Amino acid sequence: MPQPVTTLVQQTLNALQVGSVYALIALGYTMVYGILTMINFAHGDIFMVSTYLGFFAAAWLLGLALNMPPLVIFLSTLLFAMVGTATLAVIIERVAYKPLRQAPRLSAVITALGVGIFLENFTLAVIGPEPRTIPPLFPLVNLNLSGVFVSTIQIVIIGVSVIVMIILDTIVRRTMTGMAMRAISFDKTIVPLMGVPVDRIISATFALGSAIAAVGGILYGMAYQLDPYMGIRIGWWAFISAVVGGIGNIRGAFVGGFILGFVEIFTPVFLPSSTYRDFVAFSLLLLLLVFRPTGILGRPIVQKV
Amino acid sequence: MLLDIKDLEVYYGNIRALAGISFQVDEGEIVTLIGANGAGKSTTLRTISGLIPARSGSVTFQGKNLLACPPHEIVDMGVAHVPEGRGIFGNLTVLENLRLATYSVKDREEIRRRFKRVFGLFPRLEERKGQLGATLSGGEQQMLAVARALMTGGKLMLLDEPSMGLSPILVREIFRTIQEINQTGTTILLVEQNARMALRVANRAYVLETGRITLSGKPEEMAKNPEVQKAYLGG
Repeated sequence: MPQPVTTLVQQTLNALQVGSVYALIALGYTMVYGILTMINFAHGDIFMVSTYLGFFAAAWLLGLALNMPPLVIFLSTLLFAMVGTATLAVIIERVAYKPLRQAPRLSAVITALGVGIFLENFTLAVIGPEPRTIPPLFPLVNLNLSGVFVSTIQIVIIGVSVIVMIILDTIVRRTMTGMAMRAISFDKTIVPLMGVPVDRIISATFALGSAIAAVGGILYGMAYQLDPYMGIRIGWWAFISAVVGGIGNIRGAFVGGFILGFVEIFTPVFLPSSTYRDFVAFSLLLLLLVFRPTGILGRPIVQKV
Repeated sequence: MLLDIKDLEVYYGNIRALAGISFQVDEGEIVTLIGANGAGKSTTLRTISGLIPARSGSVTFQGKNLLACPPHEIVDMGVAHVPEGRGIFGNLTVLENLRLATYSVKDREEIRRRFKRVFGLFPRLEERKGQLGATLSGGEQQMLAVARALMTGGKLMLLDEPSMGLSPILVREIFRTIQEINQTGTTILLVEQNARMALRVANRAYVLETGRITLSGKPEEMAKNPEVQKAYLGG
């Protein structure tokens, strides 16, 4: 392949890799917003905690030296991080957000920021500031496909993300819990009259959104370094992804995540340095808020009388 | 006695919405509460369903105190509520709206039976089962709201202004359906501003005025009462 084409394919692949992590985290923002119309600003830090849970699970499993097949180690790590993160998020919702359900929305948002700061500093105090990497859970191979390099990690990240998104889409569309979530996002005052325990659905939403963020966390942690503040930038980017796609809209979060992946990878191609990426991402957010505040797939909310 | 309400007092902040009302609904009856806007009709139904807390008094359904229960459990106990304004989930299909109302029912055979009954009463909904709730007409949405309440399997159905916003023909149709549902064993507590229609179908009636019950009795007698005629039946 000619050089410009291989570069384009290579960068597209990189963008899909980064974008799938943003998409996975954006889902958590969008789901919580969908049912509570609240931005859970602690979500980026919940993602950060999930990477550490994965780190410890992987290190422990590999330390046992039982010669488990890589797939078993990978899946156990994933499962541990998902369950741990989901539990954390459900506890956070109960303790920090539920008492504020009747309070103005701003109170819950400020509390969420506070929870995020707590998680960052708790991690810093307990685990320390030094960057870590999740040990390789399966053989790292770089495949050379006529000039385009594809790593096994890249394939796993993109593949697993797509699978998770399909599963989530199915849950939301086909199960009773998913139906209840969609009903709550439309009119939560009526949902209890259907015999649906709304609090349980809210907990399920937090659990599901955080478990998905944990999948993103493990995938991210295999390719990049972890530190207690990693959730801030990634959290913001995932939040922008959710807004760009149309907050509250699950498919929009997928789309927004990939768009932000392309912004991240292609910014240095067109602008002098990758340090412009935040400028481009936030400009995108601002432009969108001005010209299409409901996002790409979002629909305007009709105020009911 | 199916439902027994005693000295029920409800406040919104400092504003008293119900000033200690008492009434009963017996099994198999259609009981109506009529009254003007703001009299407390919807508040009464919403308190029975557990959507708003009571300050004092009691709500007893089949011997159990409902005031201590969260709304979803009250539904499971057998109180179905068709809310004011219908409350259709516009982003869900007709089928999903109905299915959601069976949230706590695990028996698939029972769910199938309820669908059959509901589609028997409302063939129009079966025709439109794949459509989103938001695309239905007002009359169809009211049918869906009643159908959804039936899907919860309630023994007592609370109906909040089913005639609101409907043409006279549709109002008659919906009231006919209400009587039909009643004849198949569902007790009905009906709240209406359309007193004429409500008094025509009810077995007993109460008049609610600014949070107090001021009159009660047989609908035929009430319809002859000059004050009721003047206030609610247009002279």
